[in-house]
Amino acid sequence: MNFNSLAYDTSDEMMFGKALHPVRCGFDLVLGDGLVLPEINFTLPVMQVDNSNIKAILKQYMEMVSGVLQRLVILQVPGAVIEFEHAPQMTENVDMGARITAQTRKLMENYYHDHGLKTALRATICDIREKERPPKMRTGRAVGQMFESFKLNAQRGADLLSIESTGGKEVSDRALMEANLPGLLLALGILAPRDMHFLWKKIHNIAQQENVVAAGDSACAFANTAMVLADQKYIPNVVAAVVRAMSAVRSLVAFEEGAIGPSKDCAYEGPVIKAITGFPISMEGKSAACAHFSHMGNIAMAVTDLWSNESVQNVKLLSGFAPEVFTELLTYDCRLLNEALAGGEEDVIKRLLVTSDENKSVHALIISPDSSYDIARTIVKEKSDFERTRRAGMAACNIIRAAVRDKRLSLPEKEMVYLDRFQNEFEKYATEEHVLEAALPDYAELVILSEYGL
Amino acid sequence: MTNYNELQECIIKGNRIKARELTQECLDNGNPAKEILDEGLIPGMAVVGKKFQDGEYFIPEMLVSARALNIGLGILKPLLEASDVKPVAKVLVGTVKGDIHDIGKNLVAIMLRGSGFEIIDAGVDVSPEKFVQMAKESGADILGLSALLTTTMTAMKDTVDAFQADGSRDKIKIMIGGAPVTTDYAEKIGADGYAPNAAIAVEMAKTLVGGSR
Ligand code: B1M
Repeated sequence: MNFNSLAYDTSDEMMFGKALHPVRCGFDLVLGDGLVLPEINFTLPVMQVDNSNIKAILKQYMEMVSGVLQRLVILQVPGAVIEFEHAPQMTENVDMGARITAQTRKLMENYYHDHGLKTALRATICDIREKERPPKMRTGRAVGQMFESFKLNAQRGADLLSIESTGGKEVSDRALMEANLPGLLLALGILAPRDMHFLWKKIHNIAQQENVVAAGDSACAFANTAMVLADQKYIPNVVAAVVRAMSAVRSLVAFEEGAIGPSKDCAYEGPVIKAITGFPISMEGKSAACAHFSHMGNIAMAVTDLWSNESVQNVKLLSGFAPEVFTELLTYDCRLLNEALAGGEEDVIKRLLVTSDENKSVHALIISPDSSYDIARTIVKEKSDFERTRRAGMAACNIIRAAVRDKRLSLPEKEMVYLDRFQNEFEKYATEEHVLEAALPDYAELVILSEYGL
Repeated sequence: MTNYNELQECIIKGNRIKARELTQECLDNGNPAKEILDEGLIPGMAVVGKKFQDGEYFIPEMLVSARALNIGLGILKPLLEASDVKPVAKVLVGTVKGDIHDIGKNLVAIMLRGSGFEIIDAGVDVSPEKFVQMAKESGADILGLSALLTTTMTAMKDTVDAFQADGSRDKIKIMIGGAPVTTDYAEKIGADGYAPNAAIAVEMAKTLVGGSR
């Protein structure tokens, strides 16, 4: 299905905790149905991950999940999503990932029966196709392992299936470093959407067969890479913000192929997805500072349905193990939003979440509800993935320029140079043919086009 | 005596065509390749490095300059080799087994190259055995390991151990880095140093080869 209209009439209608199409999953959980709920993610401390160490690995997960569930009960949380994000070895070694899923699911089931705790389990399978370079996105051995892993995780108890897929990343990585727009258009407008169609058609089929939810993807490999590179002052912030807008198109493809949310937490393009689809989204911000720096601590919360810590390793802090500690942080964040929803004060909170960040960084500006809505509107006007990507980038440039012109946002000259350049080049590289002609001489060695059906 | 300001300026501005012309012109005027390198190309790139450190340049500008530098180097290389001029040192870099995060590693490589090091890039998901083999084949002075996952950091230890087992540990300096890595961890696994970012990695590489010679 190709979305050609928006789910909401105005950006004001988009609200945290409320999605047009709530998702029912797991143990009696409904997402996006009037409450913002925590999504808790955790990972192993420094340790060896292979079969010889499986006992110790399972013990770590047992400790982390039990600690989290216990704290959810004590804090009387109305519901939560637990995310199990595979380390690469857990997808490659299909049985290892499935065992962790099964154990986690069992604990959640016990807590549901004993305490009435409503939860659902998201399994995020690792995209392992890129170990070979150039990667074989459709014909490599890893492709089969990945789909097998989706299937087995669904069978052993995952309620929501996700992935941070990487189609196009082999080109985007270099294009980002070079701030090369034809390269970025090749990666995000041509390769990534094609890979997303291929991947999500299959994930959706598996989800249907196993009666679980195809949830969503994230442009982590593109837009989060750009974001951290910009934060470390390696590339301009303007480039990272424009890439975020462009990457929303490839993330939307998951929904066109049948995903119904919640989108992945690290997909800061989530508000665009919600504006178009009306499906619930997951976001992360200030309470994910354990995983990476961002400029969007508050604003990321403004229209979210799940609120996540992205990832924290199982280390002991003064008040307990880190996953429990972050469960508590997320719980209090959510409580505040839910109190506002219950008392009819949500508009005030939403406004404060937005205004406290919006004009302090170009990335925050781009993910604001208003900007996301504008970008979403631009996307649905177009038919092809390429044109959507190009137009989304142009819309982002216009939003940034308007903010600078109105003196809401100040950008140094060295950033403005890139804004000017990108705006001109978006006009110049107006078709797939133009982009292929301009980008392939530099990037052909990195990619196998036939692996994208080209 | 030639004034190398113009050649330096080409590198700083990333003007590839002019870099080619001027390098050739210097050679045609009878200037030694080593002098063109030391007084034209390298000082130009040093200014680029400084501009990057000061926040005046981003990586894209640096890469444009690096390309201009490479064009100049390409012209000089046969002559430098003939007169046995060696790079500062050879560094073998790679992301450890199980891990494909390579942006940080690539940045470290770019900065090292810009400072006159020769880089051999082993890529991503590199096994300890492959590192040992590549180090031998290339005669690398330094091994630079990168890991971004807590679940792949242990492959750094495996790699250090593999050099130990091979009996070649004392022939190479090992430097490690990546978001979850720390100085403590470097000490614990017997690496020679840890660098939190690419600029410090360059300083550390200089110290490591300085110390070994
Ligand atoms: C030789 O000497 C030296 C010296 C200095 C060295 C050095 C070597 N290497 C680095 N340095 C230093 O200098 C560099 C320049 O200053 C610096 O390099 P950095 O790499 O730190 O910095 C770069 C310039 C920019 N930083 C980055 O590029 C990493 C950013 C984050 C957001 C990140 C990204 C972008 C990606 N990821 Co990944 N990713 C995260 C990262 C979050 C974080 N906090 O780091 C992290 C590391 N990832 C994580 C995860 C879980 C994963 N990732 C995965 C995949 C990816 C992407 C492909 C999507 C993408 C990688 C793009 C790429 N080409 O590398 C998966 C694993 C893939 C694999 N097989 O390795 C996957 C497992 C997710 C999944 N389930 O699919 C988390 C790790 C959790 C853990 N257990 O440790 C994570 C902390 C994010 C999170 N979820 O919180 C210094 O560290």
